[in-house]
Amino acid sequence: MLTEIAIELLQLLIVMFGSPLLVGVIRKAKARLQGRRGAGILQPYADLRKLLLKEMVISENTSWIFRFTPYLLATTMLLSALIVPSLTTRAPLSFMGNIIALMYLFLLGTFFLALAGLDAGSAFGGMGSSREVALAALAEPTVLIAIFGIALRAGTTSLDGIITRSIAEPLLMLNAGHLLAFFAFFIVALAENGRLPVDNPATHLELTMIHEAMILEYSGRLLALVEWAAGMKLFLFLTLLSNLFFPWGVALTNTPITLFSAFVALAMKLLVFAAAIALVETSVAKLRLFRVPELLAGSFTVALLAVVSAFFIR
Amino acid sequence: MLIDSTLMIDLFLVTFACFSAGAVGALITARSPTLSRVVGHGCALVGAIAAFAFGVAGLAGGSMELNVPDLLPIGGAAFGVDRLSAFFVVVIAVGAIPAALYAIGYTREYAGKHSLAGMAFAFNVFIAAMILVALARNVLTFLALWEMMSLASYFLVITESEREETLSAGWIYFVMTHAGFAALFLGFLLLARATGTMDFANWSVAATALDPTSRNLIFLLFALGFGSKAGVVPLHVWLPRAHPAAPSHVSALMSGVMIKLGVYGLVRVAFDWLGAGPLWWGATMLIVGAVSGVLGVLYALVDADLKRLLAYSSVENIGIIMLGLGAAMLFQASNLPSLAALALVAALYHTLNHATFKSLLFMGAGAVLHATHTRNMEELGGLIKRMPQTAVFFLIGSLAIAALPPFNGFISEWLTFQSLLLSFQILAHTVNLIFALGVAALALTSGLAAACFVRAFGITFLALPRSEPAALAHEADWTMRAAMALLALVCLALGVAPSLILAPLEAAVFDLMGAHADMKFDWSMVVANNSFGWVAPLWIALGLVAFLMAIPLALRLMGVNKRRRYYETWGCGRALQTARFEYTATAFANPFKRVFALLYRSVKELDIEFHPESRYFVRTITYYNEGRLIFEDALYKPLLRMIQALAREARVLQSGHVHSYLVYILVALVALLILTV
Repeated sequence: MLTEIAIELLQLLIVMFGSPLLVGVIRKAKARLQGRRGAGILQPYADLRKLLLKEMVISENTSWIFRFTPYLLATTMLLSALIVPSLTTRAPLSFMGNIIALMYLFLLGTFFLALAGLDAGSAFGGMGSSREVALAALAEPTVLIAIFGIALRAGTTSLDGIITRSIAEPLLMLNAGHLLAFFAFFIVALAENGRLPVDNPATHLELTMIHEAMILEYSGRLLALVEWAAGMKLFLFLTLLSNLFFPWGVALTNTPITLFSAFVALAMKLLVFAAAIALVETSVAKLRLFRVPELLAGSFTVALLAVVSAFFIR
Repeated sequence: MLIDSTLMIDLFLVTFACFSAGAVGALITARSPTLSRVVGHGCALVGAIAAFAFGVAGLAGGSMELNVPDLLPIGGAAFGVDRLSAFFVVVIAVGAIPAALYAIGYTREYAGKHSLAGMAFAFNVFIAAMILVALARNVLTFLALWEMMSLASYFLVITESEREETLSAGWIYFVMTHAGFAALFLGFLLLARATGTMDFANWSVAATALDPTSRNLIFLLFALGFGSKAGVVPLHVWLPRAHPAAPSHVSALMSGVMIKLGVYGLVRVAFDWLGAGPLWWGATMLIVGAVSGVLGVLYALVDADLKRLLAYSSVENIGIIMLGLGAAMLFQASNLPSLAALALVAALYHTLNHATFKSLLFMGAGAVLHATHTRNMEELGGLIKRMPQTAVFFLIGSLAIAALPPFNGFISEWLTFQSLLLSFQILAHTVNLIFALGVAALALTSGLAAACFVRAFGITFLALPRSEPAALAHEADWTMRAAMALLALVCLALGVAPSLILAPLEAAVFDLMGAHADMKFDWSMVVANNSFGWVAPLWIALGLVAFLMAIPLALRLMGVNKRRRYYETWGCGRALQTARFEYTATAFANPFKRVFALLYRSVKELDIEFHPESRYFVRTITYYNEGRLIFEDALYKPLLRMIQALAREARVLQSGHVHSYLVYILVALVALLILTV
């Protein structure tokens, strides 16, 4: 009982404290690829600390929704961290939801963030909200069809079950449909987390912003919570990508050795994904906003192919 | 627990005594508007509570058979209750109790302008007729009560008859509901003739002996009739006109409850009266559901009229229910009864959930309309500060309809997804592909619904008011708020403890289909198909609350900076912030208009009027951007033109001479005699 709680807490702590590190690594990798030195990989921690020590400036036009949203965002991410199997498939609280419930938890956060964007009454916030919900809505079919593709092969939609099944049948991972579903899910991960080519997280031009535009009015500890939650969302998406599609190293039993090797495996996989994202962000230009639906439609077609291939190769 | 049938009859009689008292009492006290408003709607409230008790007793296993001979020809008026009817009585009651409470306060503003007694009378007749439709057990009873329900709702829709658009909306509703009635009439009569009996009870056995052509024809007629009442695309055109035109408590009832009787009819047809049909029945339902879902929400997204947006959103949710129904029919035709039961449970659960959150949303819109006298979202804004409680209730309704945890919409959509995903157990490629597209459609609908309600809630309630009436809005009175609070609590309760309703619902489906749904649930968890998927809604809700309390506490312990300063919104250095700088509802919908431009086919016009002496000075700019109503243009207008052309040709018969009319009568009489002999 105590070990179970400890393991669940460990998974939570890794997500909580590992996400700024992940963001820092991606920024460092991007900087290096762009020929710069870049800030240290621990810079996001310093940024969060600075924000927590600053005073909040809140717009007079806002309501309680503006102040509530950062807490809700962080809450949904922390709750998701309890469900996503980062280290082990035997976490006690993973019964709370399957992968579909997880996607809806993320959507809850997006819903409130979009409301907060509208709350301050600025045109930038409204624009960011409008674009964000449009892209989230268009990414939904891809997500669910990709889940369908995964569930077809694994015979279940529970995260633990998918990983267990994939580990039991390693050849499943070389399946063409599996790789197609991975590709579709990767594009959705880029879209949902506001990464190039969908959204530039480092832009200063409000008219090109999607995620950043919604959080323009936030400052102080509210902004710290929002940035931290965004980092956790990226961490969780990449963890899902690594552990669902390439589950080598995920612990099937809760012993210290398996957990330690799971930790090392997760760190290595996230490093690879961080490098991949940095590479993609450096080599691809941001898409014009109304080209993004075409990208998402393409990823939808890929996911649908994954599903159809599963039907015909049975 | 054995429910005594005398208890059932007693509850039934109490319910109808209350509604009759309400109807008659409203008319008697017509002199005093306040009294007739309170008496009429108060009795409706008590009657609805009794109906709820009746429905719960029916779900617990109580049964009742009531036959009033001579009230109607051929078998009298027959009523009976089984678990499915009891479930729909519960759905009606869950919509009617808050609506009656809400109406007590809401109808006050109609005093002096319209007959409050008439409204209360029609309200009581409407609810009573709906309950009786769910309990009807032979053809003529069903049809008579269906017609009574439609007429009562028609009179309620045209309450504000001083507006021309209300009258036109009422007329379109009247025509469509009667066209559907004609289809139903024909379907019922054909089925009664083929099986030789007018009683529903005997149809499920007798219908298996029918030949396929008649079964298909009857199914199509029923689908058209019940589908037009439910509001599936393309028979939905009356919904976005009639629901906004009606007073808000009536809109809540019509959208939340009346269209569900179309669903009731379809469930009866597919699983009780006609029995298992060929695959194309289920496939058609599923595809129609997918199309309705996506189109409904797309039209809702671009609408600036708050109530019309909600009406289109009802079309979307009926689409989701149809997806579940179609899936259930497909599973049944493929011999997978437990999966069919699961899909049916999902569809029926969504029916109940939609009744709760759609009624809540319409009531919120009614409170906004009551306070600001406008439904146009472009003139609203900032209402969260003027009407804080209404805003919270509308937010809960929006979260529920966007299917977000921890509310009820999440559970029913989750169940629908699980039943659609389990379709891999069917081994037919076409069916699998249809299911895959159904999953995609449901996902798109769900995402777009979230976007739609961010827009609806955000533009209406947040930021600054966009007009004078919005700036002067006042909070709704206590009856309206109490009704909304009740529904909000129900949304939360059904989301956190779905087993409350899943147990009786599963029993109802078992009675109907003879198979247990492929799911397990207890007080905290719902599991689909053994291990295919699970969710623990209570734990999710507790987790959300726990973290929401823990994070501020942790921040306080960490000693973060607690100071906050209030200042203007960032405006790029601009000195003034007015409501003109906010995002508008039309602008919010712009990405969708562009992505789905093929569907909306909007007509855009831009007129710039320059100063006559110089083109450097602009006098006025007029921008016109209107989506075209595709179904009206492509489907209904040609149909109407054809009917009018036929009518013009048929005018030849109306010569005006009495002699030719006498000849017509003679010919018709002789023909009838020959045909029947």
